[in-house]
Formats: sequence, C-alpha cells, structure tokens
Amino acid sequence: MSPLQTRVLLDADQIARTLARIGSEIVERHPDLSSVHLVGIRSRGVPIAERIRDRIKETTGVEVPVGAVDISFYRDDVGLRSGADERLGDHPIVGETILDGPVEGAMVVLVDDVLYTGRTVRAAIDAIFDYGRPACIELAVLADRGHRELPFRADFVGKNLPTQLAEHVRVRLVETDGVDEVVLIGGGGETT
Amino acid sequence: MSNHRRHLLGMHDLDSADVERILETAAGFEDVVERDVKKVPTLRGRTVLNLFYESSTRTSASFELAAKRLSADVVSVKAAGSSVDKGESLKDTVRTLNAYKPNIIVIRHPHIGAAQLTARWSDAHVVNAGDGKHQHPTQSLLDLYTIKKRLGRLQDVKVSIVGDVLHSRVARSNIEGFQMMGLDVTLVGPPALIPPGIEEATGVKVSDDPESMSEADVIYVLRMQHERMESGQNYLPSLREYARVWGVNARRVRPGQVVMHPGPMNRGVEIAPDVADSAASLVENQVEAGLVVRMAVLYDLMTRPSMGTVIDIRERAGERGAA
Repeated sequence: MSPLQTRVLLDADQIARTLARIGSEIVERHPDLSSVHLVGIRSRGVPIAERIRDRIKETTGVEVPVGAVDISFYRDDVGLRSGADERLGDHPIVGETILDGPVEGAMVVLVDDVLYTGRTVRAAIDAIFDYGRPACIELAVLADRGHRELPFRADFVGKNLPTQLAEHVRVRLVETDGVDEVVLIGGGGETT
Repeated sequence: MSNHRRHLLGMHDLDSADVERILETAAGFEDVVERDVKKVPTLRGRTVLNLFYESSTRTSASFELAAKRLSADVVSVKAAGSSVDKGESLKDTVRTLNAYKPNIIVIRHPHIGAAQLTARWSDAHVVNAGDGKHQHPTQSLLDLYTIKKRLGRLQDVKVSIVGDVLHSRVARSNIEGFQMMGLDVTLVGPPALIPPGIEEATGVKVSDDPESMSEADVIYVLRMQHERMESGQNYLPSLREYARVWGVNARRVRPGQVVMHPGPMNRGVEIAPDVADSAASLVENQVEAGLVVRMAVLYDLMTRPSMGTVIDIRERAGERGAA
C-alpha cells in the first residue's frame, strides 16, 4: 500500500471567506435574526458556529445566540461495535449540551464541520427535540463530502468536496487543533 | 462468548483513565436528569437485568432508573418472591435469566464472588452491585464523583474512613478506588473492626485515635454492619460505647470538613443526626451522584464492550465515526 497522501483542500484564508459567506447567507434567509439560534455539533461544530456568529455580528450588529449539542447519547451505534463496520469510530468523551436560550419556537441552525453519512445530523436533531420544539431546523456545514446514508441535505454549504469512501476529510481549527485547514487524507486515486 | 467481554466486578477492573472517563460521562448525564425530557435513547432495545439477593433501596432503585433513563428495557428480580425461595441455585437462576439475552446483568448477593460466577455463567456484561463484604465498585465511583464535584479535585484529598472496615465492601472498593485516584486514605476505628495487615496489603494508614479524623478533608463514615457480624463474636462492648467513642457528631466535625456515608445510616450509632442533616453532610449528594454514575457505568460497558481495545479517543476525535 502506498503511503497516505494528504492534500490541503481549504487553507485558513479560504475557511475565513467561506464562513463569512455562510454568515451572509443566513442573514439573507433570516432578515429578522431575533429567533435564530446557532447550535454547533460537538466538537468542531461549536467553534465554527462561534465564528459564523462573529461574522453576522460584524455585518449586522446583531449577536445571535450560540449553543452546543453533544450527540453521544443519541448515536445509533451504541453496543454495535463488534467489528462489523470499520467506520464505527471510538466513542468520544461525552461533552455537555448547552443551549443559549429556549429551543421552543427558535429557528435553529445546526452547524457542523463535515457533512458525511448524515447520521450525526439525525442524532443532533433528536437531541434538539428533547429540549423543545423549534420552529425549524436548518443545517450549515463547512464541507459536504457526499456519501449520505440518510436523506439529509445542508441549507448552507461552505464547499462541496467530492470524495471517495476510502478517503478521510479532516477539518482542523485553531481553537481545537492549532491550525485552520481542511485536508483530504488517503485514497490515492482520482476523486469522483 | 468472548472472554474479553468487559465486566465491572471490582475496582480492579478499572484503571485511573477508566475512572476519569466514567466520571466525565456521569457529568454529561447531569444535564439529562435535570431537563424536562429526562431520557436519552442511548440503550434503546437493550436489556438490563437487575438481580438482587440482598435488600437494597438506593442501589436497586438507582440502577433501575439509570437503565430506564437510557431507554433500556429493565427487568428487576428480587430473590424474595422469586424461584430462589423455592431453592433454585444461583447458577440455575442465572442460566434461566440468561435465556432472555440480557445485555447487562446487575447483581447483588450476600456471598463473595457471586458476581464473578454470574459473569462466567452468562453472556452479559456483569456489574457487581455488592457481593458480601468483598466489593461494591459503583459505590466507590459515585463517592469519587461526589468528592470531585464538591472539592474540585481528587489528588491528595485526605479521607478518613471511619468505623466497621472489617465487614464493609464499600470500604474495600473505596480503599482501592481512592488510592488509584491519588487520595490520601486513613482508616480510623477500633482495632477489632480494622482488618489485620491492611496497611501492608494496601498502603493505607491506620489510626485507632478518633481525634485523627480532624486531619481529614472528608470523613467517610461506614455503617455498623450488624448483619455481617458472626454471632458470638464480641467486636464491640456495646453500640452505645461505640457511639460515644467513634460516633461522628457535630463536635467532631470542624468547619470545612465534609461528611459522607454510603447509607443506610444508623443514626445515633456511627453518625449523629446533627451531622447527618447538617450542611457538611454530602449524603444526599451521594444519592444523586448514584444515578448519573450508574448511567455512566452502563453507558461505558455498552460503548466499550471489550477489554484491551481501548484506544485514546482524543487522538482520533478528528475522525467522526458513523453516528
């Protein structure tokens, strides 16, 4: 097997511009920001949501609330890790779900780094509903790498990244990893 | 069935990283048990079987509630009123209940080693909820959780474990658990109730001076276990005498100290009511911790079902799995 190849798909500058664009798209869709609630999916969705909030504040002066949702207890693979599915990762340390204000009637924008199978989004939506009944839930992602296993699409997409199943998309952020970049790891062949 | 199936039979089944992870998970469940919808779907479709051969209020209630809050199906069997009354052996009972394919069996039994035998005879993950005077690991975990929450740390916290260490599974689990997590443990009590040779065996300090409790950050009071004392053995001159010399009362507790007790309390024997109901008492905090810590233990067994394959997930946190 050839050594894993790594390719930078988005650098710090591109990430910044992409998040600014997502911010203005959210403002365009919701001219009245008063009931918009950004909710980052732990862990990397949270700093991304905070940055989108900052961009929205720069352009509109309005600071929308940012929450964090932890999906550990809503995963669909608890107790199923008998080696059947190699993609089942290790269960991460449980984090807290903190919502900044009531979910009831809010326009929730879920924020995550990569949209892939859609299972994380399913879990996050289930978690949100245990806190109340939002007016709507939308989805914003920095990157969409395809290969959905559930019928989800994102409302706000930073970048569409066609990938092969064998490849990994890593989002690294200053807040969690010390650097801003999106990289593609592995695969080797042409992307589809 | 795999020999690598994980169980929680005693504190020796855990290392300090496991304990830290379970305590962190328990903290995550605090939010769940406080909010309006007090349930998460984590163990939906799984079965937890509680098998109690000994009386219990908080352990059985909290394990049952913990499993329900995780959306598991729960069956609770008490020895009294079951086929055990008709003379069924532990092995036959376990084999019978195993036919219902539980994912986790929680067992309390008056005899040492019952949980270990249950692990051998069943295909489930087994949690020891107390076996004779041997081990009660979830008690130790909830005590660690309570101490960490109140004092903000575990390292170098000074704990005096006071009273009937000889008959106490709580003391055995806590000596192991507390030392693993860096607490400084002293056993305090009349020599007849302190197991001989325990200093050499475990590295704890032992004191037969009741005044030595004043050194501690935490006074951990043990229940006087009348039911485990062999008849005809004179461990104590009298309970009144014990209460006078060793009982933890308000005069003995200095400001800043906290008092813990695994329950049920013999008020007026090992602990005075004026302490049990005071602000220094963490007894109710321990009961609250019992629920989230037992949720965390069930969650941990189901999310890390086998031994020897635990990778530090922080390294791989960048790669999200299928969920």
